[in-house]
Amino acid sequence: MQLTGDDKTVFLPGETTHGHHQIEMACAACHTDPLGGGEVLQEACMNCHGAELKVADDSHPKSKFTDPRNADRVAKLDARQCITCHTEHRPEITNAMGVTVSDDVCYVCHSDIADDRPSHAGMEFDTCASAGCHNFHDNRGLYEDFLIKHLHEPANLASQSVPATSEKSVLLSLAHYPIDRYPARKLSLKERDAPVSVRDDAKIAHDWFDTAHSEAGVNCTACHEVTDETSNVSWIDNPDYTVCLTCHKQQVEGFLAGKHGMRLAQDLSPMTPAMAKIPMHKDAANKELNCVSCHKAHRFDTQYASVDACLGCHTDEHSKQYKGSPHFTLWQKELNGTGKPNSGISCATCHLPASETKVGDKLYVHSQHNQNDNLRPNEKMLRSVCMSCHGLEFAIDALADRDLINTNFNGKPGIHVESLDLAEKRKREADKRGVEGM
Amino acid sequence: MKTKSILATGVLASASMLLSACGGGESTGIEPKEMADALHSVMEADRTVYTRLIVNRLVKEEKVIKASEHWKDEQALVLPAQMFRYGAERVAEKGAAFSYSLLSSWPVNKQNKPKTDVEVKGLKFIEENPGKNFYGEEKLGDTTYFTAVYPDVAVAPACVSCHNGHKDTPRTDFKIGDVMGGVVIRIPVKS
Ligand code: HEC
Repeated sequence: MQLTGDDKTVFLPGETTHGHHQIEMACAACHTDPLGGGEVLQEACMNCHGAELKVADDSHPKSKFTDPRNADRVAKLDARQCITCHTEHRPEITNAMGVTVSDDVCYVCHSDIADDRPSHAGMEFDTCASAGCHNFHDNRGLYEDFLIKHLHEPANLASQSVPATSEKSVLLSLAHYPIDRYPARKLSLKERDAPVSVRDDAKIAHDWFDTAHSEAGVNCTACHEVTDETSNVSWIDNPDYTVCLTCHKQQVEGFLAGKHGMRLAQDLSPMTPAMAKIPMHKDAANKELNCVSCHKAHRFDTQYASVDACLGCHTDEHSKQYKGSPHFTLWQKELNGTGKPNSGISCATCHLPASETKVGDKLYVHSQHNQNDNLRPNEKMLRSVCMSCHGLEFAIDALADRDLINTNFNGKPGIHVESLDLAEKRKREADKRGVEGM
Repeated sequence: MKTKSILATGVLASASMLLSACGGGESTGIEPKEMADALHSVMEADRTVYTRLIVNRLVKEEKVIKASEHWKDEQALVLPAQMFRYGAERVAEKGAAFSYSLLSSWPVNKQNKPKTDVEVKGLKFIEENPGKNFYGEEKLGDTTYFTAVYPDVAVAPACVSCHNGHKDTPRTDFKIGDVMGGVVIRIPVKS
């Protein structure tokens, strides 16, 4: 099979999942070797998803299943391979999160769970991962001792604010930042170095002058001049993400890993709302997604990028209800100065949350631009977002309530997940036995 | 058993070097039992050192830090059993042919209870015969393994107090010197 030619649509064996449809024409992204079998695919899975699984403290890493004592389990369900549960191109058997095995798959290994946890007797195996209690991979916000640590928290914590991103000075101090080329010094309007032919636009000049780039000594040519292989320097009108990457590495890498930028990462044309599988505004259908589509060149207004940029394309129920939500009210209060810094909740607060990266010996807190990073299963949001402001129980219940998500959390959860109650009951029993731990 | 030879050639090479360094002479191979015993002596030494010099000292004696299953969240020391398992996982990730794990008939973590027939028999044997090891053979999947089971003994007060006090432990009367479980080492052999 020729996987490097132009039109490969005919080779698609079946509709691709939500997670991969954008890059389905880049066959070689996964099928790196046309002759390769399972291991080649497994390597491709890990190339994109390996790091996040490590960070998530994957509860079922491959190493659990390469142990020969689990050979009987592997014979029933080969959990050493991602594709055992996440087969691509099989729409007829694909469930939520690209899972292609039945919902009660936990039964294969945990059929005797009630012996260990009598409270679980009679629970259906298709509820383990769907009721808000467990996930196959990421249980960072759900493990029992974590639940116990956060019992009886109020729905709204006494202090409600989300983590702040790092000061600009931290970015300028990171190893990849070209501080030698762009010494941090406020540039004047007169100093702007665009060629005469494009210097006349007063709005562009002022947008640049009023914002962080001129503040940090980043002149017009820093972004608009590119050097080709033969060291020829030329002016480009529309710099792309590769230019932003020079300084904003963590953000651009996140963008390329998520649904907004994954096509660009595969050298395909930019994503457009027309290609999306979720509801988008018709009039935005052909907008192309790159850094400036949300960040607006020269102004680079993060407030616009945090809400209006999103709502310019997204028109699903949750997005449509945002401006009627308590979170939006808080966002407005922060913007008009009546709310404290970092108390407003924009689209970006939850979907591109502040996230820490260790760069050398420095901790850099930046917005996670992979908007998929904490999206599914949504319990990934508990620790990265919800628990900055809400008690764990309230947050778990809210995330389990699809109707409440559709109203963009306008109201109280109508669903109660029992996990904290069960954890508390077991703790009480242990306390009665006089168990204290070390 | 004498007729068995080890499949893992990489391991074989380093193990036979180890043997000749001990005066093993012109050996062309190493018996699975000798290799398992050698691996175990290293594992047991490291495990004891970690427990006595790090966990027991800092947690029980100097009381400067806790040891916790959730060491990342709690900024605590890794439990001795986790230290052991993470090592085993690294070995597995590197593609070594042998594998090892820490099991018990009274496991805190129910995934650590004996499962295969040899595990069940082996643990029973080492519990009933203090100081002795158990050796057997089993077929798991398509592969036959030489399987050795070694007693895992409560070598420090921390072993006992942590297990007896854990909310998930099925046994609360461990004492210093008790066999708390067993180290299981598997080496693939030609059947
Ligand atoms: C601070 C608490 C703590 C200390 C100290 C500790 N253990 Fe454990 N041990 C645990 C926990 C928790 C597990 C389960 C870990 C897992 O597999 O998730 C465990 C697992 C084990 C297992 C595997 C079976 C099981 O219970 O799951 C054995 C055997 C064992 N420990 C023996 C020992 C010995 C011997 C020592 C001292 C050298 C020791 N432990 C020290 C907490 C502790």
